[in-house]
Amino acid sequence: MGRLGERLAALRERGEGALIPFVTAGDPDLETTEALIPALVDAGADAVEIGVPFSDPLGDGPTIQRASERALRSGTSLRRVLELVKNLRPRVDVPLVLMGYANCLYTMGEENFAIAAQSAGVDGIIVVDLPPEEGESLFAAVRGRDIDPVLLAAPTTTSERLARLARETRGFLYCVALTGVTGARGTLDLGIEETVKRVRASSDVPVCVGFGVSKPEHAARIAEFADGVVVGSALIDRIAAAPSPTAAVDAAAEFVASLKAPLRASGGAAAIR
Amino acid sequence: MKSEADSRGHFGEYGGRFVPETLTTALDQLEEAYARIAFSDEFRSELDGLLHSYAGRPTPLYCARSLSSDLGATVYLKREDLAHTGAHKINNVLGQCLLARYMGKTRVIAETGAGQHGVATATSCALMGLQCEVYMGEHDTQRQALNLFRMELLGARVHTVSSGSRTLKDATNEAMRDWVTNVRTTYYCIGSVMGPHPYPTLVRDFQRVIGLETRRQILDLEGRIPDVLMACVGGGSNAMGLFHPFLDDDGVRMIGVEAAGEGLDSGRHGAAIGAGVPGVLHGMRSLLLSDDDGQIFPAHSISAGLDYPSVGPEHAYLAGIGRAEYVSATDEEALDAFVYLSRAEGIIPALESAHAIAHARKFVPSLPKDALVVINLSGRGDKDAPLVRELLAARRSEKH
Repeated sequence: MGRLGERLAALRERGEGALIPFVTAGDPDLETTEALIPALVDAGADAVEIGVPFSDPLGDGPTIQRASERALRSGTSLRRVLELVKNLRPRVDVPLVLMGYANCLYTMGEENFAIAAQSAGVDGIIVVDLPPEEGESLFAAVRGRDIDPVLLAAPTTTSERLARLARETRGFLYCVALTGVTGARGTLDLGIEETVKRVRASSDVPVCVGFGVSKPEHAARIAEFADGVVVGSALIDRIAAAPSPTAAVDAAAEFVASLKAPLRASGGAAAIR
Repeated sequence: MKSEADSRGHFGEYGGRFVPETLTTALDQLEEAYARIAFSDEFRSELDGLLHSYAGRPTPLYCARSLSSDLGATVYLKREDLAHTGAHKINNVLGQCLLARYMGKTRVIAETGAGQHGVATATSCALMGLQCEVYMGEHDTQRQALNLFRMELLGARVHTVSSGSRTLKDATNEAMRDWVTNVRTTYYCIGSVMGPHPYPTLVRDFQRVIGLETRRQILDLEGRIPDVLMACVGGGSNAMGLFHPFLDDDGVRMIGVEAAGEGLDSGRHGAAIGAGVPGVLHGMRSLLLSDDDGQIFPAHSISAGLDYPSVGPEHAYLAGIGRAEYVSATDEEALDAFVYLSRAEGIIPALESAHAIAHARKFVPSLPKDALVVINLSGRGDKDAPLVRELLAARRSEKH
């Protein structure tokens, strides 16, 4: 089991919900991201999703689109994101997961990417536009380097397919909370609880829920039935609104702490098992 | 030879289905519905009826006498410009909108570059009583203002896309985002032989009518099939529609003409086959314009319909195995060809189609005199007239 699986298993054991913040690497520049991630971990992040910016993020709403544009403008590339992980690794002991789009990984080359990601210390990857049917060889390449390919499941996913995704994912299954692109939403779509229950029916794999999650109340509610919560756009909105990089780090850390607080007391997914 | 995708939509190493998980079930359903509905007698006869009485098919195969004598071979033009809405796009859209109706979808979305696909979709939706929303890049709404107005006149809601390069690529991103969000009620009517499986196959099948008619017509007129087929390629639906029914005819050369923009060396072009690399965009693996970090760089073409950084996966495949050839024509050459065809034949071509004419002017003179060439005139040029007028005026003032 990789660092990601171990971490989620330990949290489930303790009855604690996992908080996984998402930040786009290089937004507004890589120096800020390098300061930001350890601060998020200190504030209670159990793992961090690091967005690799792409020119055409068709699974993302306006917040992450704009974060990607800012990151690309500041010269961020997949190679530089891997350097970022390498720099962070000695200082950060939580799992670090890259999230991005297939074209960047394929352009580097499957095997080249797997080798570089392992040497940087990447624990997992999430590729938005790469279902398992198409990802077979890339996922095999990264698994061979002890990196978890985390698969996504959606509210539209059939039960039969959910069982397959739960079987083939590594680390955790990322359940998308809504039918739509990423982005903060005022209310939580509770249809997700049913999706997670369908996963639980066939599998023991940790389930984390993301997309649209924007408030501590959302996180608390999700922790009643899932192992963890991913928060991206709502965090990026706070970073983008801050008047300076230092203020951005402070605002992000404060927000992460507020999201994590209810998860400590939640009883977590263990409560339903 | 057979050019058919495998069961998961792969043409060799290209094609496939690279989409967010939310869309997987919808694509499965579309694939299933297409196989079940589109080949039924009821659907076929309804679609054939519409293609005939509404879209004006069969379109003529016209022997272009001035072009033939000027270029030194027999040149026919397949007159898709005479189809309803002024381009071949209607063939695909009538098929897809009918499919959407059979599937019980009430809302149709589309992306558009030049606006021809958007107009065709708005038209079909008006005809069939479907709600229509079209995504169009801001840059394209400016250079194709007439088509924007036509879509609105037809009752469609047009969303102006101001992200990225503000062209077809970004309109496609936005249409995909809409579909991810509204997938349960919405049919995504893709305008070319691109996108995730089954779209490249489905759109090709609906466009094959171009090649099937051409085969019948040329046999009637000349008693033999052509030596050369030529068509412009952006996503590549008009070219694929013409080429596909002839793929097994070894003697038929097929030439796709991409947009060379300001020249392949300039970095400002739309030649995904001529200058692209393998990669993944908009749900498919194909050839595309991508830098060494995997970022897509904006295409450029004088013609909004060819201003796209990738190409349909079956074209990438046919290029790879050498069954079809792909060349390119620059903005300047296309502009010259636009004027040339207008004067020579009294036919004002779309700037997209003018790329095929431009290459024909260079290439056909190298053929034997008895060669038989069919060029797909994919659309008419009314929509381009304001832009061409400006460009020609700019040219004249440069000369003085």
